Amino acid sequence: MNVRMLVNGAPVEIDVPGMRRLLDVLREDLGLTGTKEGCGEGECGACSVILDGQVVDACLVPVSQADGSTVRTVEGLAPTPGGGAGDRRLDELQQAFLETGGAQCGICTPGMLMAARAYLDAGGGPDEAAIREAIAGNLCRCTGYTKIVEAIARAAAGGAA
Amino acid sequence: MPAEPPIEVPRSLAEAFAILAAAPHRPVAGGTDVLVQIAGELGPPPERVIDLWRLDELRGIGLEGDTLALGALTTYTEIRRSAVCLEHLPALVDAAATIGAAQIQNRGTLGGNIANASPAGDSLPVLLAMDAEIVVGGVRGEQTIPARDFWVAYRRTALQPDELVLRVRIPLVARREIRFRKVGTRRAQAISKVVMALAWRSSPGDGGWSDVRVALGSVAATPIRATATEAVLDGAAPTAETAERAAATLAAEIQPIDDVRSTADYRRVVAARVLHRLVRDAGGW
Repeated sequence: MNVRMLVNGAPVEIDVPGMRRLLDVLREDLGLTGTKEGCGEGECGACSVILDGQVVDACLVPVSQADGSTVRTVEGLAPTPGGGAGDRRLDELQQAFLETGGAQCGICTPGMLMAARAYLDAGGGPDEAAIREAIAGNLCRCTGYTKIVEAIARAAAGGAA
Repeated sequence: MPAEPPIEVPRSLAEAFAILAAAPHRPVAGGTDVLVQIAGELGPPPERVIDLWRLDELRGIGLEGDTLALGALTTYTEIRRSAVCLEHLPALVDAAATIGAAQIQNRGTLGGNIANASPAGDSLPVLLAMDAEIVVGGVRGEQTIPARDFWVAYRRTALQPDELVLRVRIPLVARREIRFRKVGTRRAQAISKVVMALAWRSSPGDGGWSDVRVALGSVAATPIRATATEAVLDGAAPTAETAERAAATLAAEIQPIDDVRSTADYRRVVAARVLHRLVRDAGGW
């Protein structure tokens, strides 16, 4: 099936089976390997991406359902590079994860960032209980949630927390 | 990569009905069950799939007189955000909030929960306790099936292969109260060990209960109503003695099983305690 999407701001047109998982289209067909596969069954959230403004598990979305949609992955989080190879600007969440030590082994980090991005985009604030609910679908195998929650709270507070 | 069966993507309900009349297809709505079953190789993959996601005719939440109507494609997130649901059926909002987490709630649908027919489907006890009706349809027309007749055996429904779940109709009855409680391993992202909805009507005079419904999931092969327990509560007031008797009756009435998520003993004890607590909270003691 012919699928058209806007992926990280760029139009994509691809001919793939409609039941291919959005996760496989991103990783295998488009080479966007920042989105991770953990469990492959919607338990861990490692494959979280933002589909038409909502966080979803890309392992549970047949790409037929993403036709005509806007997809944002971890590769699209940082501002579009404007300064060439030397442009190291990060999204405020990525910066906060760096500053607080929110990234540990790293496997959950892209999914955590996207779930947190959807939370902030929906107007979420630095309240810890609300942040924990927003990332309840994302498992950290290092079980270091404290720093992750701190990072999201810091970004929610404009980097000053 | 998991199996990728051929998929039809109808743009209208009439088109979907025609596809289903021509050959059986496994319906996929939000994908949160079907894609897990394919990826986990829980049985052979479906031969053919029909994607329902574009069928906007199956979306929407609204009041039709004294009935709350929810389209089959209503997501748990939409239920949680619905002012109509919050006002008229907060127990369904409570149930939706316990299903998965944001990623699942953004895709998983009420119709999917109904058609998937898991005994652990968390919205299903609410539908049973509210005497909901499930409207199904296909090329042969529509029919309305009471929720209590819908889940006929383990993961089997009254739905025919050429039919889809279209919407749910929930009668809103004056002075009816309903409470929901789910017990899982953790608060989010857990499949229930015991899930319960308790509904009743209070007499404006003596506070006695009538039309009591005790509906449970994860304690039998299908979502069930505990009718012997209902009989204990019916006509009684929510006192300590009533709660004790109802809890004891429920523990004797249900026949849960041991499985990977829990044991029969745990489920029996916890179901009884949950009911006791719900009656206690209602009685305010």
